[in-house]
Amino acid sequence: MVVPKICGLETEYGITHRGAEESNPITASSLLINAYLSGLQHAPGSPIARVEWDFEDEMPGRDARGVGGGDIGYEPETHLVNAVLTNGSRYYVDHAHPEISGPECADARSAVVWDRAADVIAQRSMEAARALLPEGQELVVYKNNSDGKGNSYGCHENYLMDRATPFGRIVHGATPHFVTRQIFCGAGKVGTEAAGLERFSVPFQLSQRADFFEEEVGLETTLKRPIVNTRDEPHADARHYRRLHVIVGDANLAEVATFLKVGTTALVLALVEHDLFPDDLALAAPVQAIRAVSCDLSLRRPLRLADGTSATALDLQWELLERCAKYCHDVGTEAVGGAVADEVLARWETVLTQLETEPLSPATTVDWVAKYRLLDAYRSRNGCDWNDSRLQALDLQYHDLRPERSVADRLSLERLVDAEEVRWATENPPPDTRAYFRGRCLQQFASHVVAANWDSVVFDLGGETLRRVPMMEPARGTRQHVASLFDECPTPADLIGRLQQ
Amino acid sequence: MAERERIQKASRPSSEQEPATEAHSGSPSGEKLKAELDDLLDEIDEVLETNAEEFVNSYIQKGGQ
Repeated sequence: MVVPKICGLETEYGITHRGAEESNPITASSLLINAYLSGLQHAPGSPIARVEWDFEDEMPGRDARGVGGGDIGYEPETHLVNAVLTNGSRYYVDHAHPEISGPECADARSAVVWDRAADVIAQRSMEAARALLPEGQELVVYKNNSDGKGNSYGCHENYLMDRATPFGRIVHGATPHFVTRQIFCGAGKVGTEAAGLERFSVPFQLSQRADFFEEEVGLETTLKRPIVNTRDEPHADARHYRRLHVIVGDANLAEVATFLKVGTTALVLALVEHDLFPDDLALAAPVQAIRAVSCDLSLRRPLRLADGTSATALDLQWELLERCAKYCHDVGTEAVGGAVADEVLARWETVLTQLETEPLSPATTVDWVAKYRLLDAYRSRNGCDWNDSRLQALDLQYHDLRPERSVADRLSLERLVDAEEVRWATENPPPDTRAYFRGRCLQQFASHVVAANWDSVVFDLGGETLRRVPMMEPARGTRQHVASLFDECPTPADLIGRLQQ
Repeated sequence: MAERERIQKASRPSSEQEPATEAHSGSPSGEKLKAELDDLLDEIDEVLETNAEEFVNSYIQKGGQ
């Protein structure tokens, strides 16, 4: 079965409550999200009623390895704010952070658009909260993954996969990519937070997250984090699909980095599904390797492979690029985003060539490079060491989403999508996945939608029972499939009647 | 431990290698980037949080995935 590599990004943002004597991150996150939702409801002419998340299909404790995986006892926090937006995303308090889980996207470019839309939603939320808070207080949102003190929070990716692909094969194929892709999708960080190391024994590293990975495979997401996460929660027909939940990546400000992170991973996973992944790229010690790669700014350090040879992160990435290019040539790009896959291959080759020639050259496309160049130049000009507070502040502010304090905004990062498309995507779902159906239901019938989640929408038509519309096929419910149906249905009862025919 | 044989990259069309040199210092866009970085350094202290040390120390984020 050829399964399209439908993908989505979920970002846990950092949050601070400035000017408050005491602050609680759960309260701050709730205030941020409620301020945004309340602004939507009071916007002139807005048809938007508040729609809550439906927890029916949540089972984060289920392990893809089956027997022996164990349950981590993690229960969804059903009492905190948890809303569904008209663009198909979920906006909620996860643990102690505001999180936006973006809608299902058909390709990497679309993932960039809705990832940027999520950032704009976070920016609007800050503005809405500012209007509610006392003078001198504000909520500030950071799109990063570490506080520099040993606490990390994730930017997770999700990819639709064929249930028939054995999980062990996914681990075998995904691990070398997850360990080495950080050379172009790492967001950069001053210092190290790895247990047992002095903070500034590593002045600067490629990844925000590498320090926090302690296992090769596992179910955990908050401690002893594994490079490959085994959460088995498909949010789709479990007989046909699995959702690979990727927790190893950094949140990116550079759009090209997001594009490459998602695009290259979709290609590698397609390779795995077709059983075309080479068997000689396995690393001897992936956990040590992921940290070694992160701490090597020269990109020249050899990694030990399981077969006794060695290769650099760049060598492995070149090899993966070559295999993926061959896959696209031989099998086609239908399952991996069509023409977008060709652009992924071209940009992948460009960035590897740049990194190989001069690691600091992709200054407008790779976050760690853009950040490092600025911090290193600041260090030279001001004669300070890497442990200087100003460098750590600049590191954090790289990810500050307030335009007046954002450092990333000032570094001429290349844009792949324009601001108008992003603004549109804050209110509208991607047209080419089931997110379209979810978004249209909310745009058109919000006052009759009781709840929604990834694989269903629940309507209250005023009768004795609620009506659940399942969406177990992530590629169905697209604009092409259902736009005319929505146009022809003035009421939700009409819609459900037509769906039953 | 044997060094791994490098993969063949000879088949890559030469035109696609051009972006690699774009950002080098010395090439026009590399110089442009460097000039932009210099300009940014001139004004970055105004963007920087007023009390960097206090800001960094108070930035604590517990309870993430």
